[in-house]
Amino acid sequence: MIRGRLLWPLIALAGLIVLNVVFTPSFLELRIQDGHLYGSLVDILRNGAPTLLIAVGMTLVIATRGIDLSVGAVAAIAGAIGCTWIADGGDAPTAVLLALSVCILLGLWNGFLVSVLGIQPIIATLVLMTAGRGGAMLLTEGQIVTISNPTYRQIGAGFVILPIAILISLAVLLAVALLTRRTALGMLIEAVGVNPEASRLAGVRSRTITWTVYVFAALCAGVAGLMISSNVSAADANNAGLWIEMDAILAVVIGGTSLAGGRYSLTGTLVGALVIQTLTTTVYTIGVPTNITLLFKAVVVITVCLLQSPRVARAVSGRRKSPTLAPRSQKVAAG
Amino acid sequence: MTDSSATGDNPVVDMRGITVEFSGVKALADVDFRLFPGEVHALMGENGAGKSTLIKALTGVHRPTAGTILLKDEPVEFTAPGQARNAGISTVYQEVNLCPNLSVAENILLGHEPRRLGAIDGRAMRARATELMARIGLSIDPASVLSSHSIAVQQLVAITRALVVDACVLVLDEPTSSLDSDEVEELFRIVRVLRDEGVAILFVSHFLDQVYEIADRMTVLRNGTLVGEYLPENLDRMALVSAMLGREAGILDEVERRSEERAPGSAPVLVAQGLGRTGAIEPFDLEIHEGEVVGLAGLLGSGRTELARLLSGADRADTGTLMVDGETIRSRGPRSLIAKGVAFCSEDRKAEGVVEDLSVRANLILATQAARGWARPVARRTAEAMVAEYIERLDIRPADPDALMGNLSGGNQQKVLLARWLVTRPRLLILDEPTRGIDVGAKAQIQKVVAELAAEGMAVLFISAELEEVVRVSDRVVVLRDRHKVAELSGAGISVNSVMSAIAENAHNGVAVAS
Ligand SMILES: Nc1ncnc2c1ncn2[C@@H]1O[C@H](COP(=O)(O)OP(=O)(O)OP(=O)(O)O)[C@@H](O)[C@H]1O
Ligand SMILES: [Mg+2]
Repeated sequence: MIRGRLLWPLIALAGLIVLNVVFTPSFLELRIQDGHLYGSLVDILRNGAPTLLIAVGMTLVIATRGIDLSVGAVAAIAGAIGCTWIADGGDAPTAVLLALSVCILLGLWNGFLVSVLGIQPIIATLVLMTAGRGGAMLLTEGQIVTISNPTYRQIGAGFVILPIAILISLAVLLAVALLTRRTALGMLIEAVGVNPEASRLAGVRSRTITWTVYVFAALCAGVAGLMISSNVSAADANNAGLWIEMDAILAVVIGGTSLAGGRYSLTGTLVGALVIQTLTTTVYTIGVPTNITLLFKAVVVITVCLLQSPRVARAVSGRRKSPTLAPRSQKVAAG
Repeated sequence: MTDSSATGDNPVVDMRGITVEFSGVKALADVDFRLFPGEVHALMGENGAGKSTLIKALTGVHRPTAGTILLKDEPVEFTAPGQARNAGISTVYQEVNLCPNLSVAENILLGHEPRRLGAIDGRAMRARATELMARIGLSIDPASVLSSHSIAVQQLVAITRALVVDACVLVLDEPTSSLDSDEVEELFRIVRVLRDEGVAILFVSHFLDQVYEIADRMTVLRNGTLVGEYLPENLDRMALVSAMLGREAGILDEVERRSEERAPGSAPVLVAQGLGRTGAIEPFDLEIHEGEVVGLAGLLGSGRTELARLLSGADRADTGTLMVDGETIRSRGPRSLIAKGVAFCSEDRKAEGVVEDLSVRANLILATQAARGWARPVARRTAEAMVAEYIERLDIRPADPDALMGNLSGGNQQKVLLARWLVTRPRLLILDEPTRGIDVGAKAQIQKVVAELAAEGMAVLFISAELEEVVRVSDRVVVLRDRHKVAELSGAGISVNSVMSAIAENAHNGVAVAS
């Protein structure tokens, strides 16, 4: 089912790439310089790494029927901690460790609100979404903290043939895929997402699972925040990771994971993240006027989502096909 | 609309050659079905025969790939759920699909709210809801939240909702599956009234008694095909069952009482002392022994489910102690009891049982997997073996472990949930309405499985609104009334009559006290 749903995102991706090639014929070119791979495609991967990473965490949160709006703010906090620590004379490894520890704490907080206090995820994480940037501002004292630390810079701007950032994101994606699909974790996460009460009664540790995914999402956001600040060697509490939660959520949804929880697809999320990042790049390369870039993005995203909807698909393909109803749409129809 | 002469002898609904396919698999093949005004027409068939699918084809939830539907001689094709209702077809689906977070009154009148100056008139709405509920003898607070009521009450609310509009066709898909005999009587009373007014009623039930009591005509489906249309007087029970199964009904010799053969062990598996929860059930004492089947009887709202939920840790008790195998449980939820071997199969399969979007396999091994923890997945081969065993043992259809749970028929979902707990080999199995929505053949099968497991030493707490069933399987029957445990019957003292009088006797006392 999910495989079929990836058709349209993949077509969209191909379409965007073709569009880019038309505008900039050198778009697909890759060259190796000093052992690094360069080219527009590589840039897309590098710039998309934070979004992809956050989307991986978001996928699991969404699978449990939740959502995490605070990831952008958490990313900003991580960058702020990393940079201020280094600016104050600290070393890079400690900066990373410190930043990620705080992110784990923030994730614990989100998870606590959602799984223990039972607050609606959208509200619970909205708290940190707004308060978090304030916290980052306090850390940076309202300034953009610039640093120059070659080690720290590796995270976001370094290369081992490919950008280190994308290698990290892909490694996390792969690790999560193996961890959840080789063990029973994936199934339990989906069960909690589809029917929390049935899962609880079946003895699933729904609370622990829900709590854990928020911690993981915050951790991903933290690493993404380090990538972003490292890439520009600066912490900008106001703009780092701004709207990245939206991009991540869109990536997950385009990838075919339903916001209603349950079945998730990490491959889908990868494709979704690529679509989103390519779209962002396209906006620049084809010179969409800045005042309508958001509109342009929105139109593309909504088109992809519409095409994925079983109902629209049926209407598009006429009545030729048999009325195979996906379970979710059936529920809607019956309700 | 209630004037049957307008339609004369023509069927009000005439479905011809209906075929419904799901991903190329035919759930219904070339089925004809007619419904006349002023009749109660029972649609019969095994679990998965296609009854609900035929209903959904009529109401537009599923679109047939072939066939025509005539409503009052006009071809119709509904594409949205509201359309059938507006055309006069009122439906109570098998799975209660109301809004759990809304009030009872809001659920009943959704889309038909009385308005004053454009705004919804809350008071009028509650009054109207109360009045409609009174028609089927239901008296609950219309302002209460729906989810605070038991599944049986929710089912009655769903039925009330169907009475809001003056329909010419009323479809009831297993409306009585969780009702007690009194509620069933109330329901049948109103069904007869509506029938006499000329409403055509489509009725689905696995209770043959009920079918013969109320049906004027029957249509039997088997495996998605039409077997035939019959008049009850021309088709006796045996013939009906054979028509449904497609073979002689040999397996129907139901489990006879067999407590004599069973010697319940002396060791109590579970001991509850003064266990209670305010507003749910008054403190009670209960012991369940190894190899013993304890039945729980009582009227709707007497606290059967509430008691089960305390024993299983689904709800937390606020007084009393609970011991399993001699060890006091400080329950922190179902997990601690599952770890001690207490399994609880809830009556509310949709909200508390099935995980719709996952496969039958995942649903079946869910409890086993949860007990093992996420890091130790059940090996693929073990899982396949478990699933295959129970698909066969309980005759789950389709026999496909990869089928999505949400696509199974109601009765088959129920079997999977039962299997979910059976595979954990519990010490004590608490079954709340385990045969709800299960067809006659499978019901006997399940009762047999329960008896076998008890013979192997498992303790069972068996809850059912169907007294005959409780009496048949139980070694001991605990009677509840008004959230109190009022009696315990055992051995030769158990019969439908004795249990009934235990319930009634106390009811009389209650009335005497009240007046
Ligand atoms: N949405 C769906 N997708 C795929 N298969 C389906 C779907 N809905 C029903 N089926 C299949 O169609 C068949 C008929 O199911 P249906 O629900 O009509 O049975 P039923 O006669 O109502 O049984 P029960 O007595 O258990 O309620 C079953 O094999 C079921 O698995
Ligand atoms: Mg059905």
